[in-house]
Amino acid sequence: MGVDRRQFLKLAGISAALGLGGSVGFQLLKPGALDAAERMPTPYQMVFPKSQGNSEVMPNPKALKGRRWGMVIDMRKLTADKARAAIQACHYYHNVPDIPGKQTIKWIWLANYANVFPEVENPFADPEIKNAAFITMCNHCDNPPCVRVCPTKATFQREDGVVMMDMHRCIGCRFCMAGCPYGSRSFNFRDPRPFIKKEYPLYPTRTKGVVEKCTFCTERLAVGKLPACAEASEGAMVFGDVDDAGSELRKLLRTRYSIRRKPNLGTRPQVYYLV
Amino acid sequence: MKLYNGPQIIVGLVIFLAIFTYPLWSGGGKAAPVPEPQKVPKTVATSCVTDTQYMRLSHMKLLNDWRDEVVRDGDRIYVAANGKAFNMSLSNTCFKCHTSKVKFCDQCHTYLAVDPFCWDCHLAPKEKK
Repeated sequence: MGVDRRQFLKLAGISAALGLGGSVGFQLLKPGALDAAERMPTPYQMVFPKSQGNSEVMPNPKALKGRRWGMVIDMRKLTADKARAAIQACHYYHNVPDIPGKQTIKWIWLANYANVFPEVENPFADPEIKNAAFITMCNHCDNPPCVRVCPTKATFQREDGVVMMDMHRCIGCRFCMAGCPYGSRSFNFRDPRPFIKKEYPLYPTRTKGVVEKCTFCTERLAVGKLPACAEASEGAMVFGDVDDAGSELRKLLRTRYSIRRKPNLGTRPQVYYLV
Repeated sequence: MKLYNGPQIIVGLVIFLAIFTYPLWSGGGKAAPVPEPQKVPKTVATSCVTDTQYMRLSHMKLLNDWRDEVVRDGDRIYVAANGKAFNMSLSNTCFKCHTSKVKFCDQCHTYLAVDPFCWDCHLAPKEKK
């Protein structure tokens, strides 16, 4: 004999009642019991109890504070010398290797107008713009696709908008490289150390199998310095707070015409080009 | 019962046992020398970021915590229980006092056969000859 309608409804009712034994039931009968269970020390915490007395951690008081960091690149001021200085400074301070060919590592690099702004490509544009070498880097998008696709949260967005990499968590899956529409991310196909011309001892290198990119110099912001490229470019690259209407960056954006890379994709890039 | 190819088998077994038990008898019954990580001269620093016993046992936990706090939260200053402030950085702080990876870190790590991958990325200070 199969189950008739009456039996089926009974069974369904009993199952639903038993379902109260799940987390819902706990919340109803003993509120807060589950939260307490979640606060139990993890095995890791039991093996390594926190016994460092009354130590505490805090940000460096000298750190630059901003609600939403961004950068303006003034193409009228950006001469070849300044661009070179900015790139060299960045690569030196971050131990960026110089690997030729397809395995190259890019933090900040030069590209031409047609490649940087493909949707506004125009064969008859002002030759000064069309032939200019645009400096390109991570756009630190407000809506970063790389962060959405990262399976380990190795790349994440800080509260001040900087899209950061936690190299310790990167598993090298390269989803972020597929997600980034700007080609701002590079994979370490091999140990980069032999390709670093001059090691900067105070910043780590990377290792084989992780993805890296520009970090808006978070390590420099944390001690009150501007990003290395902004400092080296002598005013051609202006770093500042996009959310602060009084900042120099916002003044430039108000008074000059600026464009962004591929805004139609909805990533809301925070690197602005004054053309 | 007859053992075919007896001599070869017995010689083979002896060689196998000798190789297999090598770690047991190669030390000649003596324990490996106890590691002696280089002490920091009193003129450089008299205390670490927290007590020595904790650092000996759980420095890896402290470094893991520092890593998360620095990279993910942006908290880069560690104020020790005695009120002293430190920049939370392996290369910029730890190696300022412990100036040699070979004479300090590797001593115990080699003894315990652990191989942490800190130095795949973080640069250790240049060893003085």
